[in-house]
Amino acid sequence: MTSIILLSVFGIANLFIGFLKSKRILLPLALLFLVVVFGVNLIGWNNTQTYFNNMLTIDNYAVAFTGIMTLSTLLILPFSQHYLQEDDQNLAEFYSLLLFALVGAIMMVSYENMLMLFVGIEILSIAMYILAGSDKRSLRSNEAALKYFLMGAFFTGILLFGIVLIYGATGTFNVTEIGTTQAMNDGVMNTMFVLGLLLVVIGISFKISAAPFHFWTPDVYEGTPTLFTSFMSTVVKTAGVAAFYKLMVAAFAASYATWFPTLIAITVLTLVVGNIGAVVQRSAKRMLAYSSISHAGYLLMSLIAFNERSDSSILFYSFAYSIATVAAFGVMKLVSDQRGDETFEGFAGLGKTNPLLAFAMTVSMCSLAGIPLTAGFFGKFFVFAAVVEASGLMWLVVVAVLMAAVGIYYYFKVVVAMYMHPAGNYEKVQVNSFTTFMLMLISALTILLGIAPALVSDLI
Amino acid sequence: MMTALLLFWPALAGILVLLIKGKGAKTVAFVAALVEFAFALFAVSGFDTLSAHAQFALNLPWIESAGIRFSIGMDGISLLMVLLTTFLIPLIVLSSFKHEYRSPNVFYALILFMQTGLIGVFVALDAFLFYFFWEVALIPVYFIAAIWGGANRVPVTFKFFVYTIFGSLFMLAAFVYLYFQTPGSHSSDVNTFYQLPLDAATQSWIFWFLFVAFAIKMPVFPFHTWQPDTYTESPPQASMLLAGIMLKMGIYGVIRWLLPVVPLGVSQWDELVLILAIIGIVYGSVIAIRQHDLKRLIAYSSFAHVGLIAAGIFTLNEQGLQGGVIQMLSHGINVVGLFFIIDIIFSRTQTREINNLGGITQTTPALSIFFMILMLGSIALPLTNGFVGEFLLLSGVFQYNNWFGGIAGLTIILGAVYMLRMFQGVMFGTKTANTDNFTDLTLNEKAVLIPLVIMVFWIGLFPNTFLSISEPAVGNLLNIINR
Repeated sequence: MTSIILLSVFGIANLFIGFLKSKRILLPLALLFLVVVFGVNLIGWNNTQTYFNNMLTIDNYAVAFTGIMTLSTLLILPFSQHYLQEDDQNLAEFYSLLLFALVGAIMMVSYENMLMLFVGIEILSIAMYILAGSDKRSLRSNEAALKYFLMGAFFTGILLFGIVLIYGATGTFNVTEIGTTQAMNDGVMNTMFVLGLLLVVIGISFKISAAPFHFWTPDVYEGTPTLFTSFMSTVVKTAGVAAFYKLMVAAFAASYATWFPTLIAITVLTLVVGNIGAVVQRSAKRMLAYSSISHAGYLLMSLIAFNERSDSSILFYSFAYSIATVAAFGVMKLVSDQRGDETFEGFAGLGKTNPLLAFAMTVSMCSLAGIPLTAGFFGKFFVFAAVVEASGLMWLVVVAVLMAAVGIYYYFKVVVAMYMHPAGNYEKVQVNSFTTFMLMLISALTILLGIAPALVSDLI
Repeated sequence: MMTALLLFWPALAGILVLLIKGKGAKTVAFVAALVEFAFALFAVSGFDTLSAHAQFALNLPWIESAGIRFSIGMDGISLLMVLLTTFLIPLIVLSSFKHEYRSPNVFYALILFMQTGLIGVFVALDAFLFYFFWEVALIPVYFIAAIWGGANRVPVTFKFFVYTIFGSLFMLAAFVYLYFQTPGSHSSDVNTFYQLPLDAATQSWIFWFLFVAFAIKMPVFPFHTWQPDTYTESPPQASMLLAGIMLKMGIYGVIRWLLPVVPLGVSQWDELVLILAIIGIVYGSVIAIRQHDLKRLIAYSSFAHVGLIAAGIFTLNEQGLQGGVIQMLSHGINVVGLFFIIDIIFSRTQTREINNLGGITQTTPALSIFFMILMLGSIALPLTNGFVGEFLLLSGVFQYNNWFGGIAGLTIILGAVYMLRMFQGVMFGTKTANTDNFTDLTLNEKAVLIPLVIMVFWIGLFPNTFLSISEPAVGNLLNIINR
């Protein structure tokens, strides 16, 4: 709770600090705010509290996810010095909007009442709509914002409609009470409830860009300024999946049989569309957009497994995925800006000209592909483990294995370009030492979690 | 502790090598590899050859909550594999001294990193640890092949990489499934896996999940399509690493993680595997006869030889398994030697085409003798190492089925055909423009070949030195399989 209040206050404070002449203080200050929030958040560990007449519950689940989302934001922000011009009039607003978005994300992992879930999604989404269009003079950025906003508003409507139908069927917004009602009726439910459940599933599937509700993803990711894309594909996705899982466990555990067929179809479709879609991309950024769809599929796999391994595997997977994605977008932005080439060929010869950047990119590609020694391997491992334990789903693991092999193909296209293609006319990419340090830090973290995964996986 | 030292020393040395700029890197790498070999010899000296159990074992918690442990140790089979790896790596490093690779520190560091992965595969006693090192061994050799390889290296090595990872992901899925079948709070320990009471239908599909991974690595027909191109396009050192040691990972995987884990699955499919392996033997040999490129020829011959090893192992009798183990050593030694000789020839003539070579014997007595010994070892002439392995393997296959034995026996005849044809074309006849100024071996080249040739005779004359090491472990595995 404290972290939500603090972040809101910090966000507003940031807006006022924006009036100062020098904008240099904004980034260090935002980082400081996030460190404070990260620390304050930890106070809630093993100390479950509810707030506002059971609207919010801060339990270990919420604290763990808040922690990794705050950490991801902390790792994303330093890259802003490459994305945002220092003379930009709206610099303070960007930082504030990111902090506000994080508030929404935290509410999405700690809600107890479906209205809070809705409010959290809205707080997050509205900030993201603005940030998607923050590159005001770029046509693609404008297009992305409009697309994201129209589609987002539409699906938020669907979500809200679903919530209302469930309220009609059960008479409550409280997820635990919905769960209890369900359990008492022994899973028997009326049409209104089933329809509501389906609409809620569709609404959240859109937010985590699961197929077939993914059509906005490639265009929006491509058009949005890369800093905010990496926030979108990490924090937003983590919050979405965490909220999804919490909702299913608390409210709809008894109606597992009802939503299981729908969700398994969505999962398989997401895995296939994401991975096959990524193969045919020529732009590295679009490839990462499709890859983010595919990772939504892996995350949904552990949701579907629906057992005691699900929450920790979602936590670990989303963290491993988030840090690797942050590094990947970071390097990609540097390379594509300075070389003016967004395709894989833009990475040609990077291993020669910038060994450290190439190393960071290789580690994150290996992690996304799930190669051992990186966090991504254990991410996939825990997800597969959760699904295997849920009996009768071995075929889903086979599908996922096939798709993971496809994934290795397109992730390694980047690695091949970096190390095996000659640099040609491309020169060394200019990068300051702080960014290099951050990239090395992320790589070290990725490898550390690839050797000692228990650091995160044993949290919840 | 000994095992841990063997496992981590190359990685630490690799990090050190990475920091050395310039020419010092290769020397340091060589010394580090020699030290590693000394460790291995020390381990042999302290090894109890009568025991079937893992020795020098170390068992530490790794992912505590999941019951996954960092469990390593060596029984006789592992020890022989470790011995082979630690023996070959210094020679592979030494064999590269004639080349000036760019970024030598990275090149040699990658070789040492790969050694850690290889040793890890051979000593891991936990399924996930095994999988972990299995992939760790792949990544360095992929980069060695893809960065320092020939003109067409990028697509070829990429295919190799995706292909093998694809297979191993199935292995991972099978391990995860097996892991959840273990009682209590689950464990991925090898002995727990051996005791799993699985029904025949389950074992049947797990067999394929595991077999695909190992068959791609070996490779067994029809999973071999990555192999000839990859061997041809890789730099000589990567070819040696791949053929000499890495394909043993596949065979070792079958012995340790397939046969004893799903014996009922094996009994359902062993005949099919033998047929595939024997097709591979004949097919590989026939294609080898038709090759003009020396490296491709050796690649196909290696494919044929591995087919025989696979066939012998799946007979599930002692001769077959013991023959497989000893033949892994022999094949590793011979193929590294042959690849090195091809490298010597190529670096002097700039060609690997048999048609462009000839008459080399006239000026090179030393090279001719070494080449001939290694070639005869590969043909399995008595007194050489190849004979012991192939004899045991074939007698194993004959015990299984006379027809299979008869067809698999063709390997000796066909092997003699392509090897002698190659030797004749390259070494005898008249000199060509390419071989006009061919000089004999340098000291460095002799230093690589002499140890190899000594081993050819040692295994050929006194195979018991090695067979006795693996015998208790093989007996123990057979007991588990036939339980």
